[in-house]
Amino acid sequence: MFDGLTAETLARMQFAFTVSFHIIFPAFSIGLASYLAVLNALWLRTRDDTYYTLFEYWKKIFAVAFGMGVVSGIVMSYQFGTNWSVFSDKTGPVLGPLMAYEVLSAFFLEAGFLGIMLFGRARVGDGLHMFATAMVAFGTLMSATWILSVNSWMQTPAGYAINEVGQFVPQDWWQIVFNPSFPYRLVHMVLAAFLTTALVVGGVGSLHLLRDKTDVAARRMFSMAMWMLVLVAPMQIVAGDMHGLNTLEHQPAKVMAMEGHFDSHPDGAPLILFGLPNAETKTIDYAIEIPKLSSLILKHDLNAPLAGLDTIPDEDEPPVAIVFWSFRVMVGLGFAMLGLALWSLWGRLRGQLYENRGLQRASILMAPMGFVAVLAGWITTEVGRQPFTVYGLLRTSDSLAPVAAPAVAASLTAFIVVYFFIFGAGTFYILRMMNKVPATRNLGLRDGPIRAAGITPAQQVDPDVTDEPTPQGN
Amino acid sequence: MLFELSFIWAGIIAFAVLTYVVLDGFDLGVGILFPFAGSERDRATMMNSIAPVWDGNETWLVLGGGGLFAVFPLAYAVIMPALYMPITLMLLALVFRGVAFEYRWRTTRWRGVWDVAFFGGSVVAAIMQGIALGALVQGIEIEGRAYAGGWWDWLTPFSLITGLAVLTGYALLGATWLYMKTEGDLQHQMRGYARWLGVVTLAAIALVSLLTPFQDPEYFRRWFNLPGSLFSLLVPGLVVACSYALFQGLKGARDAQPFLAALGLFVLGFIGIGISFYPFIVPPGLTIAEAAAPDESLMFTLVGAVVLVPLILAYTAYAYWVFRGKINPEEGYH
Repeated sequence: MFDGLTAETLARMQFAFTVSFHIIFPAFSIGLASYLAVLNALWLRTRDDTYYTLFEYWKKIFAVAFGMGVVSGIVMSYQFGTNWSVFSDKTGPVLGPLMAYEVLSAFFLEAGFLGIMLFGRARVGDGLHMFATAMVAFGTLMSATWILSVNSWMQTPAGYAINEVGQFVPQDWWQIVFNPSFPYRLVHMVLAAFLTTALVVGGVGSLHLLRDKTDVAARRMFSMAMWMLVLVAPMQIVAGDMHGLNTLEHQPAKVMAMEGHFDSHPDGAPLILFGLPNAETKTIDYAIEIPKLSSLILKHDLNAPLAGLDTIPDEDEPPVAIVFWSFRVMVGLGFAMLGLALWSLWGRLRGQLYENRGLQRASILMAPMGFVAVLAGWITTEVGRQPFTVYGLLRTSDSLAPVAAPAVAASLTAFIVVYFFIFGAGTFYILRMMNKVPATRNLGLRDGPIRAAGITPAQQVDPDVTDEPTPQGN
Repeated sequence: MLFELSFIWAGIIAFAVLTYVVLDGFDLGVGILFPFAGSERDRATMMNSIAPVWDGNETWLVLGGGGLFAVFPLAYAVIMPALYMPITLMLLALVFRGVAFEYRWRTTRWRGVWDVAFFGGSVVAAIMQGIALGALVQGIEIEGRAYAGGWWDWLTPFSLITGLAVLTGYALLGATWLYMKTEGDLQHQMRGYARWLGVVTLAAIALVSLLTPFQDPEYFRRWFNLPGSLFSLLVPGLVVACSYALFQGLKGARDAQPFLAALGLFVLGFIGIGISFYPFIVPPGLTIAEAAAPDESLMFTLVGAVVLVPLILAYTAYAYWVFRGKINPEEGYH
């Protein structure tokens, strides 16, 4: 089944597969944790029970998504060693401490306070429960900070020296952590997480509004989500543009691949909207292009010269087609999100936010698009870094663990089977939870008897749940 | 400087691994005992007893791995490929087990599937951790800066024995934890389990202790020459004391005593391994000092660890305090 596949190809497939699955969950849980903190805070402040209802509703969804994020994240933390041990040996002195800080400052915080946030409200009182919720949200943001510092360093390494055994060794931690692309990447990712969550919350709100436009909880979540989109979608486009300029400065070959510039353009490069990158002929076939626009966007000058991939040695070229397409998917979806945001703003100004069925249907359609955009963005940046693991310094082919192809093939197969089963089921459960109307009947909880155990996953058991999942079929 | 920093770090990593073993040990143990529950109510009680804390427990595993990557990158780069299969199987097992905590409450018809995933994941993870330990004790072949052995080197009779030893040890931790956290029939059932699991675990400790010195002449010398032989007398003595406390606690009113005694057994076993290993991090060829990252890395990480580890211990302890006391199965169903 895997004849002809080398250990390197298999290890790359395995990393791409497991990390693509993993990134879905942080993208959701970073935004959702902050949303939960906001809901809890608003409830404490206003005592408006709608916020409480929404908190309880999204809390359960968060718990499932977070669980999947945890288990797929543990896999990632060991995969550096199992499949990329030479990379680990060489970059460990620089990247290891950043990851250790992620564990110490983020993972423990999330895990330590998650239990209190999920099961502890009756045991610790509102204030401490709020604190726990805020710590979970803070933890997810800290985690993003450290892991993006790691990723950014692999893209734009700084502050290191290389020792006699070929390891990268730290020279200046400030430069390592705050390497040139880190601020852009962090902002871009956190905004992406907020957008992803806003789209999901907006989609769920829409679903319930389409069924009953008087549903207070549905109105509230839809309205909050649309405000978030209005706020964040334009910010993201600006942040993305700045990130692109930063990439042009530090990783020009990646931008050439994103733009599809096989050839250099000495007097103004066109913006290629669409086309089919052809690796054989090194051209973009059937290109639809706008003259000079690429130079205008990247250099803010219509006639600025732009170098193309012809200036890069063949063995240093990233795979153009993948980067070219994933970049277009990401950007296209970014503008679609802006469109949805503006549409909702228009509807709101006309006082028809909750009546506009077209807007709500579009919002449901857009609900999963944050995930697609996040994935496309990661593919752009990670594939664009190839053929290096540490940009320009350490080749992917020189990073591999000495593990034989059959072992990697077997584990890859196992990961694929297990992930589709596990995450298919999880997605099914999440979708089913989202399909249910936010229940307002739990509101007596605060004044009710204190739950001695304080541990109430059974509270999450829904007695009406009887129909069953077919996870593989999703 | 290098000397002290790398040894401080060896101590911190050892602490992280030990903390992982005892904390995730008892919650994996609850998973191992899960199918023996007499009723759905007992199963719910068992899972509820660890639901708020298992995630934090498992984070110590990430600190063990991540810490190794940070401060002993060479050891990390050698151990992971050498233990490729057991580690991959452990990770897949932890995936099944981890999602079961949420999934089993989301379905009725499929609940059995996730119960099996919880049990199976716990068993496989425990055995694989034991096998990984055994394989490490046996020694890992290194050439240059990379693993040089074969793909099945980890699988030996000795590593299978350590795998089963860890499985029964975790089950004992789980049983004594539940003995502490529950009442009535379930507690009575766990008392019975803890008794015979205690016996089997002690036998496994004895067997592994007897076999270990023969895995490497260095271990043998370590245990039977001074000053190691002082420990080799002291450690079995303390094991006997812990066993007494274990069985004594199972007789009477002190519900926490058996759990603490079982923890004591694990700590002692861990110290025993430490005596065999020192000063190696990957026996027989790689020492703590050789595997260490440069001082700049060790120092940078140490600053954070000194501040954050006590803080983590404080809020972890608080989280346990919040969920202290007996689990009341009636409360979960409103």
